[in-house]
Amino acid sequence: MNDNAIEVNGLGKRYRLGAAVTKPNGRLQAVGEALKAPFRYLIRNATKASEEETLWALRNVSVSVKRGEVVGIIGRNGAGKTTFLKILSRITDPTEGMARVYGRVGTLLAVGTGFHPELSGRDNVFLNGAIMGMKREEIRTRFDEIVAFAEVAKFIDTPVKYYSSGMYVRLAFAVAAHLEPEVLLVDEVLAVGDLAFQRKCLGKMNSVSDEGRTVLLVSHNMEAILGLCPRTVWIDQGGVAGDGPSREVVQQYTKESMERAAQPNLKDKTRQGEGVIEFTGFHLRDSQGRPIPHVLCGDPVDLVIDYRSISGQDLVNVTAWIWLLDPLRKPLTCLWSMLTNQDFQRLPSEGRLVCRLPQVNLAPGSYMVDLAARVNMGKSEKLMEAAKLEVLPGDFFGTGRPITQTGQFLCNHSWSLED
Amino acid sequence: MSEAQPNYVEIKPRKGWGDLGIKETWEFRELLYFLIWREIKGRYRQMALGPTWIILKPFVTMVVLSLVFGKLAKLPSDGVPYPLFSYSALLPWTLFTVSLNKSATSLVSNMGIISKVYFPRMVVPISTACAGLVDFFMSFLILIGMMLYFGYMPGLKLLILPMYLALAVATAMAVGLWLATLAVRFRDVAYAVEHLLQVAMYLTPVVYPASMVPEAWRGLYMLNPMAQVVEGFRWALVGTGQAPNLITVAVWGIVLALLFSGAHLFRRTERTVVDLM
Repeated sequence: MNDNAIEVNGLGKRYRLGAAVTKPNGRLQAVGEALKAPFRYLIRNATKASEEETLWALRNVSVSVKRGEVVGIIGRNGAGKTTFLKILSRITDPTEGMARVYGRVGTLLAVGTGFHPELSGRDNVFLNGAIMGMKREEIRTRFDEIVAFAEVAKFIDTPVKYYSSGMYVRLAFAVAAHLEPEVLLVDEVLAVGDLAFQRKCLGKMNSVSDEGRTVLLVSHNMEAILGLCPRTVWIDQGGVAGDGPSREVVQQYTKESMERAAQPNLKDKTRQGEGVIEFTGFHLRDSQGRPIPHVLCGDPVDLVIDYRSISGQDLVNVTAWIWLLDPLRKPLTCLWSMLTNQDFQRLPSEGRLVCRLPQVNLAPGSYMVDLAARVNMGKSEKLMEAAKLEVLPGDFFGTGRPITQTGQFLCNHSWSLED
Repeated sequence: MSEAQPNYVEIKPRKGWGDLGIKETWEFRELLYFLIWREIKGRYRQMALGPTWIILKPFVTMVVLSLVFGKLAKLPSDGVPYPLFSYSALLPWTLFTVSLNKSATSLVSNMGIISKVYFPRMVVPISTACAGLVDFFMSFLILIGMMLYFGYMPGLKLLILPMYLALAVATAMAVGLWLATLAVRFRDVAYAVEHLLQVAMYLTPVVYPASMVPEAWRGLYMLNPMAQVVEGFRWALVGTGQAPNLITVAVWGIVLALLFSGAHLFRRTERTVVDLM
């Protein structure tokens, strides 16, 4: 008998991408394309996928996890983390390789799976529990505990569609937290809910692992990973890029993220877009309009974004925002055109947006920049880790004393003795 | 933990046709129960009439059919009062169409669950078919009332009804399973099914008796499983229609073959169905 809970050997998953469809030129061609569509599908299925058409979301992944271990899984968006969990939870079959999972598996890829908005909280607890593989008896014995954990006792007989999103998530997570699987696969569910509840969930998960359960936790929240998981696996481009003590792996990962963010070419960055606007460039400018590689603490700076509209048409009603994050991807602040009442009614199909900070008040250090925009309340575009923002010690207070180390940010202030 | 039964699941690419996973599906019977319950309980929430709709729908259809086909078109009904004649056919027909529609679109409409949790996917189309059965039994009570009103005593022949009921559900499931995986790839399937079911209603003796079909064509006509079901229902309830015969057995054979092949196809495609969404 070995003491592994999960053994993964050479696991791979291939997806077939849709072949690029050329945009029809004129109405006649559009009709022709529509008529050909069913045949194109048949031909595509009958022929073997060509090299360009396939994407290995995961390849040659081999990992083993001991019983009772809590392992974090990190990596950029689209690196294959979710695919990995989906294969382990048997939602989809792998293309090659194999994995063994010992014991009952609980999957938490999303909270509230199968919740029916018209049904009461009570009904949904039973339904959701059943979907996650609990027996009716089990749910019945834990029902009171679940309701207490979710803090929704008063509304338990109200249809969940009247719940606030916080209540909804709490109830959903409470059911999941009371599952008693031997292996728990969790994907980024801690990103929801208020802070206090998040902490409670973390505590609950901690007790889960104390009872000898194995947990795989996918997260972008490095603090959660460092706090919960002694060991971390870093997945990058479908393969294992690092595996070991969390502190080391997270360090490697953040170092790599910073290096990636420092690369000026936006083409290679992780995009999450719906194909309406594209960011083509980002740079920093000083108050004279000269490009600069870094800023001094206390200086003014322009964050300059080049964009183009993918359709080539003008864009209407655009809201844009920039996240500034620390190297662990903890958000520090959001610079958002809506907050300053400066959304763009109309943007030309190509152009440059400028966000001006009159005085940089981040403490000296390295930061990451995420860019995002939403067009006409609908489609959005996000570019993660688009750039690195290097803040050097500067004369923030105008006293001739460059700031070196003062926590995370600086505030203008003054001191006096009251007489 | 005994060595003979290793307590693990092995995950690897599955090739070929594999088994039907009946045992596994059985282990998830509680989920089946909850999905049926969700379907029924969730459907009629926040409606003024609530579950009355279950009865109302076939009843109103029956009234309309009786007026149009019975009174205006004066279609024959083998001597049975037209409302009773059409209602006894509408019940299995409604069960069939609802079950078929629901099971054909079951994978698409339950993608939210399917892409997040593992369970034998077969549970989903089975649950939708079963939800239709509950509706059927509610409406059946009305039918019994109508029979008594028109002076027909339910007799021992009622005992054959479960067989026809099973045939209707099996046919719906057989076609539904074939279409369910197709519907994931092509959203047209849902539209096509709805349309084809309307056509199929006229190929089935719902508004007219099978005795209107020319003798030469009757054999072929009765190969339609739903024609068997509808005529069988009438035979058991009001004494017209057709008693079960050799063709019924042949039809069962065809339906079972379709059902098993459909189930196998379903099992085969369920492995990677989420990738297609």
